[in-house]
Amino acid sequence: MSNLVIAEHDNQNLKASTLNAITAASKIGGDIEVLVVGANCQAVAQAAAAVTGVSKVRVADNAAYEHQLAENTAQLVAALAPAYTHLLAPATPAGKDLMPRVAALLDVNQLTDMMAVVSADTFKRPIYAGNAIATVQSSDKIKVMSVRITAFDAAPATGGSATIEAIDSVFTADKTQFIGEEIAKSDRPELTSAKIVVSGGRGVGSADNFKIIYALADQLNAAVGASRAAVDAGFVPNDLQVGQTGKVVAPEMYIAVGISGAIQHLAGMKDSKVIVAINKDPEAPIFQVADYGLVADLFAAVPEMTSKL
Amino acid sequence: MDITEIERDSMEFDVVIVGAGPAGLAAACRLMQLAKEHHQELTVCLVEKGSEVGAHILSGAVIESRAIEELFPNWQELGAPLNVPVQRDELYLLRNETAAVKIPNAFIPATMHNEGNYIVSLGNVCRWLAEQAEGLGVEVFPGFPASQLLLNEDGSVAGIITGDMGIGIDGEPKDSFTPGMELRAKYTIFAEGCRGHLGKQLYSQFQLDADADAQHYGIGIKELWDIDPSKHQEGLVIHGSGWPLGGGTSGGFFLYHSENNQAVVGLIIDLNYSNPYVSPFDEFQRMKHHPLIADYLQGGKRVAYGARAITKGGFNALPKMHFPGGLLVGCNAGTLNFAKIKGTHTAMKSGMLAAEEIFAALQAGDTGGKDLSGYDARFQNSWVYTELQASRNFGPALHKFGSLIGGAFNFIDQNIFRGKLPVTLRDDHPDYAQLRPASEFAPIQYPKPDGKLSFDKLSSVFLSNTNHDEDQPSHLRLKDPTIPIGKNLPLYAEPAQRYCPAGVYEVLGEGAEARFQINAQNCVHCKTCDIKDPAQNITWVTPEGGGGPNYPNM
Amino acid sequence: MKILVAVKRVIDYSVKVRVKADNSNVDLTNVKMSLNPFCEIAVEEALRLREAGKATEIVVVSMGVKAAQDQIRTALAMGADRGIFIETGDAELNSLSVAKLLAKVVQDEQPGLILLGKQAIDSDNNQTGQMLAALCGYPQATFASKIVVEGDTATVTREIDGGLQTLKLSLPAVVTTDLRLNEPRYVKLPDIMKAKKKPLAVTTPAELGVPVANTITLVRVDAPAERSAGIKVESVDALIDALKNKAKVI
Repeated sequence: MSNLVIAEHDNQNLKASTLNAITAASKIGGDIEVLVVGANCQAVAQAAAAVTGVSKVRVADNAAYEHQLAENTAQLVAALAPAYTHLLAPATPAGKDLMPRVAALLDVNQLTDMMAVVSADTFKRPIYAGNAIATVQSSDKIKVMSVRITAFDAAPATGGSATIEAIDSVFTADKTQFIGEEIAKSDRPELTSAKIVVSGGRGVGSADNFKIIYALADQLNAAVGASRAAVDAGFVPNDLQVGQTGKVVAPEMYIAVGISGAIQHLAGMKDSKVIVAINKDPEAPIFQVADYGLVADLFAAVPEMTSKL
Repeated sequence: MDITEIERDSMEFDVVIVGAGPAGLAAACRLMQLAKEHHQELTVCLVEKGSEVGAHILSGAVIESRAIEELFPNWQELGAPLNVPVQRDELYLLRNETAAVKIPNAFIPATMHNEGNYIVSLGNVCRWLAEQAEGLGVEVFPGFPASQLLLNEDGSVAGIITGDMGIGIDGEPKDSFTPGMELRAKYTIFAEGCRGHLGKQLYSQFQLDADADAQHYGIGIKELWDIDPSKHQEGLVIHGSGWPLGGGTSGGFFLYHSENNQAVVGLIIDLNYSNPYVSPFDEFQRMKHHPLIADYLQGGKRVAYGARAITKGGFNALPKMHFPGGLLVGCNAGTLNFAKIKGTHTAMKSGMLAAEEIFAALQAGDTGGKDLSGYDARFQNSWVYTELQASRNFGPALHKFGSLIGGAFNFIDQNIFRGKLPVTLRDDHPDYAQLRPASEFAPIQYPKPDGKLSFDKLSSVFLSNTNHDEDQPSHLRLKDPTIPIGKNLPLYAEPAQRYCPAGVYEVLGEGAEARFQINAQNCVHCKTCDIKDPAQNITWVTPEGGGGPNYPNM
Repeated sequence: MKILVAVKRVIDYSVKVRVKADNSNVDLTNVKMSLNPFCEIAVEEALRLREAGKATEIVVVSMGVKAAQDQIRTALAMGADRGIFIETGDAELNSLSVAKLLAKVVQDEQPGLILLGKQAIDSDNNQTGQMLAALCGYPQATFASKIVVEGDTATVTREIDGGLQTLKLSLPAVVTTDLRLNEPRYVKLPDIMKAKKKPLAVTTPAELGVPVANTITLVRVDAPAERSAGIKVESVDALIDALKNKAKVI
């Protein structure tokens, strides 16, 4: 078995999602190589070489790859693919853009959001927005997949000493022109992509009181969410709503403050890696799903937490 | 922008039917059958507020196949989903939370016998009927609520207006605003089911209930369960009454073993109860813990939940069913036979009779808008009338004498005199007026749900697949917004919090801070609030099309 | 320019799925089925491009069980001009087979732009558009939140991690739609009646000469593991300590 993990990066930094994909590759077993496709991306290659478990880093460093466009990146990956049994990328917008195109060029199917390795050809993945888990088996000679980041721990970023090998082949994207990129400079990450979400419920009491939620979120560089009850009560606008009819989030940590935990709300956050609940009612259903529960008055506990972090 | 003044597109049909339940669909099918028999062109349009036919249909259901057989003699060939014939009937009186008495067969009122009947999902029967209707050429439009009556200058009904789409929560049209359409018809058949919101307007517009007793209602709450295959007995029908109801609250439960190792369990509570602390939802949840029921459910999994009011006043409460330009059929009028706890066959038949009456008029060259009083004769000469008349005392007897003596009366009335006892019991008190002040009662402490047999309201609503677009005005209108907190709360501890089976109504805060919250998004369209609010202050109107529950197999 | 829109029939987004007792799949018996929301957005975008004079004809294609023609009719009622239905029966097709069938339709129809939803809300694959682009040798832009067609190019703004990216594609191209691209219109009642009369061609994989075979098979389907209660901590200090040292999330 031999795995090729497609690194996610911005030509300078290796993104943490790559580390989760490397762990996924280690569950499959066999060699783990990392492919870095970019321009002036040697620092990324160095970082990838230092990750525990990586045996080789292959770098395609060329101006043609500066924006890692699917059109030519897929051609490159497909050209390298026959040396591997498994191709993995993080299931981020970038990985989801690339991997199906690679698979089609190889005349194989692709697995999206792989969340558990059952065996080298059998995997689990969520379907129906995570409301069911499918176990699927692939008979393709090369398994191409995107990996659900929250399902795998990050591989240690240090401790490895992989060899770095340059790739010379250059494919150009003749039909795709990069125009520009606008990375939101917002002070606060977006709700659906944030690593940490702090959500307030009806227990917060008023729009004004929500400022203690924002303060904690700022301290944690977290996004702010809310339960439907808080939205209905007019405390926050409805684009903050997490739940069945709102947004579905799966951050690394979800802090539910003053949220009772109606099933509609749980439907929107139950896939979070760690759930923290702060609520004064010890009977609140949120505690049945929380990894860490604190029964306390939120008006004391939240500011205290903010100040101690 | 004043939404009442918008220009609306208009379409014309011979007949417009409101509601794709058994009555509306049977009327639609019958109309097209007649048109085909007589080689006549006929345009029939049926609108339904649910996102698809069947989405809002909730019933037990054990049905009599009589009307389906009349409408489609080859119903079996056509694949009607009447797959589970009743094999066995059991009737119980629950004495308390553990004991039950089985009523010997000989003492069961004849109307409660179910040999020859079928356990069905009425939603699936309606899905099938809609296929037949479309096959016959009916234009069926799910997702389009009939939101307003369309009247001619002479006051006769000219059709309906479908709901506007794309109005924001602030009442202002959004970019997506799409005005509803006028659907004009020579005749309009109203088949909205129990407490239809246009039906309610027709009652007052044409004083349809002037000569009828007050209508009576119940709320039915139902769940669908996957049960342990070793406990499943396909075709077994269980009915009963008693515990946990008492203290002037009456009703009955059902448990039917249907196909695929599934069972349906439900409780119907009469809405004439007087204790404002009664919560039909919680009564149902605790009822499932009775060993008689729990034994079947234990180890199973609940897969669906829903609730719907039923019209059960029967014969004495039947309104006038015709008015200029239209007819009222099915549970929108109240054709359910409560002695049998069955309304599907009677609703269908009432729709078929409406179709026949209208078709006869159109064939004679009628251009519409007339008061088709000939419907009365058709109805009175039909088996529906005979059946309802024979059962006229059943409900009032239970209301008057309670389930024990009332039940005995019903046994004598139904089994010995076959409903021909020359006595008519009446019950003319509207359900909403029966509530007594909260001060006369102690609050009821319902047990906490265990998450296995019993559940809380919100996780139940979750299983009804209920959805409404958030950005729309509330479809639950308060005539006077001060009443819930100003009057209902001090007097009746605001019963809406408890009679609503979907958690729509909440009182938040206490004392001077108290606030009435309406979570209209949760509404399963059961209409109980419209019926039971003691101040008759809540008006249920149609939300944006497609909103409400999405019941599968209910 | 002709626009081809590929659409899928899926369980309605408001219906909660339930795993069958035998774990063979989810139970779709008598549940409400709808046009996949992202596909609906793709149809809407095609209509807006036609209304802006950028397109002349909109062809909608779908495949699956016969009833999937309902979803083509929905798209036709929204305003698309004609439909193509490929009857593939009950079995769920892998994305690659779907993309191959669509590629054949692209070859026959020669559209200037192909719009698809970014993913179907049942399988959540997010693959078909990208695969189709690869098979046709066309450029692609996934997760579109804005599409501007000028001459023989489409400038597409895409939702990427943390922001937006803009690409200019030479047409013909494949674009997949994200949630914020537009808000689909409501279907009007007379348009539903008109849609019944619009042309809908029915074909099969055999007629198209495209062999379909699945290389990914469904072994079983489970309900997601229910979360269980963790621990209660006594104080804010204990909570911070647990998050730092046990959960290692801060």
